[in-house]
Amino acid sequence: MSTKLIDLQHISKSYGNNIVLDDMNLYIRENEFLTLLGPSGCGKTTTLRIIGGFENPDSGCVLFNGQDITNLPPNKRQLNTVFQKYALFTHMTIEENIAFGLKIKGKSAQYIKDKIKYALKLVNLDGYEKRMPDSLSGGQQQRIAIARAIVNEPKLLLLDEPLGALELKLRQDMQYELIRLKNELGITFIYVTHDQEEALTMSDTIVVMNQGYIQQIGTPEDIYNEPENAFVADFIGDSNIIDGIMIRDELVSFLGAKFPCVDKGFGENKPVDVVIRPEDVCLVAPENGVIQGEVTHLIFKGVHYEMEVMANGFEWLVHSTMMFPVGAKVGIKIDPFNIQIMNKPASEDEEAVGVEE
Amino acid sequence: MKNKKNLLASPFIIWSIAFIVLPLCMVFYYGLTDKTGAFTLDNIISIATAEHSKALWLSLLLSFISTVICLLLGYPLASILAKLGKNKNSLIVFIFILPMWMNFLLRTLAWQTLLEKTGVINSVLQFLHLPTLNIINTAYAIVLGMVYNFLPFMVLPLYNSLTKIDPNVINAARDLGANGLQTFIRITLPLSIPGIISGITMVFVPALTTFVISSLLGGSKILLIGNVIEQQFTQASNWNLGSGLSIVLMLFIIINMVVTSLFDKDGEGAVL
Repeated sequence: MSTKLIDLQHISKSYGNNIVLDDMNLYIRENEFLTLLGPSGCGKTTTLRIIGGFENPDSGCVLFNGQDITNLPPNKRQLNTVFQKYALFTHMTIEENIAFGLKIKGKSAQYIKDKIKYALKLVNLDGYEKRMPDSLSGGQQQRIAIARAIVNEPKLLLLDEPLGALELKLRQDMQYELIRLKNELGITFIYVTHDQEEALTMSDTIVVMNQGYIQQIGTPEDIYNEPENAFVADFIGDSNIIDGIMIRDELVSFLGAKFPCVDKGFGENKPVDVVIRPEDVCLVAPENGVIQGEVTHLIFKGVHYEMEVMANGFEWLVHSTMMFPVGAKVGIKIDPFNIQIMNKPASEDEEAVGVEE
Repeated sequence: MKNKKNLLASPFIIWSIAFIVLPLCMVFYYGLTDKTGAFTLDNIISIATAEHSKALWLSLLLSFISTVICLLLGYPLASILAKLGKNKNSLIVFIFILPMWMNFLLRTLAWQTLLEKTGVINSVLQFLHLPTLNIINTAYAIVLGMVYNFLPFMVLPLYNSLTKIDPNVINAARDLGANGLQTFIRITLPLSIPGIISGITMVFVPALTTFVISSLLGGSKILLIGNVIEQQFTQASNWNLGSGLSIVLMLFIIINMVVTSLFDKDGEGAVL
């Protein structure tokens, strides 16, 4: 589990004046489900294409099991890719699509036949051998694309937003299917997505990227509960991000009130970003709250109510199972361990600077 | 509404009847009658005479060679254009299209001037003390003229079909272990078959029926079937024989189209 399967060292890539990746360092351990998460243009797909061999980095190198594969063409790499829009060979049957890689490698007819059967069973599409790709639904085509990749027994599977073109229900089913596949096959997955929910559901490790820099690397729980900066907090789930002053260890002031918290080591009277998840905001009777406000919006979301509360000049986003009607006066209380304190970026540039490994 | 549409279509319908359907009927009438107007198959059977069958055979051969050369030249060019993408290839496309702005006859006449025994190319070769080229009035010159004039008709459909291929499909083949050549043979080539088919038709048919290229670059020595037909109408004033031979030529064009559409169906059948 601890060996580095892929090691990206000082990778930089730019198109003209547009810097896509800047001195990126990242390693992926064997048997890990790692997700590159970020908004479009953050460099996640470029990273994947560099690992797959479809792009060459301007500088830096890619190590695979300790060997430099930076200049190796894609067909010489021991990995396979599942592309965004399936990229099936439309002039071949499903069978021929899946057999493609095996035929190139010169496997025996019997071996190929067995593998096709096995792969189709694995993706729950037995009996589809003679069908043409165009006669399949999007979800089925995507599963064929996965089958076509895994029959080659790659050490590493790269998935480039494979569920992006599917509708919500199918996407959720496929998420579970992918987790199951990964556990059954025991191969390493690198998954690219802009969908934070998808990333949180499936990954062992999430790499949050923005503007060519890694913002945070961690488990889904780490990323969600302990975002390291305002970008991560904002990108993963909803957050209330408020300007505050760290008065001293374990005490922060914002919106004209003082809140006890659990963070230490920021110094005294230092400006910080305060991040509070909407579900961590407790609405209580006005006299019991630290600050008071008024409910301005109310939406029923099924699992919870989503409310907006105007309090001390800030519009709080609140998720709660308790409903307060619009116009109700409420008090706001926050448990100390639910307050996340982050250093303010010193400049606009630094906002994008990644955390070093 | 429907009447209005029909009304708008009427100029085209009149045009089609006057200049396509009627002439076609006349070709069939003349082709199947003799000078007295009596029904006969002689005009069509006369394709079997040594002179006519030789011209037809030569036409088929030269058109075939030209089509193959166009395909071999056009495919790499279309691939390069498709790879460069719309923004970067505009200069190449412009240079490529530029000669097409000039009249077809002028371009062919220009080749005559270039290729003549004392023409531009030979003057330059002589000046450089190199052996001169004697291809004017030969089949080589005709093939050259055909390739030069019809190459764009090969490149454009090829370019269209190649740009339709998703780059990730090519990437997927590479990813699955295929090298450049294997990817081309197993993926790119089969996926571009519709373009190859329409390119072949668009070069082969005009090449088979041309008489201008052969009379300008082939002199009077080499007769293609197009020249034979033209002579029957202009010099021999034998419209019956000219029409009869035209019917035979049409038959070959239809055969070509049927054969290519069979291949196309295969390609599309695989797609479906």
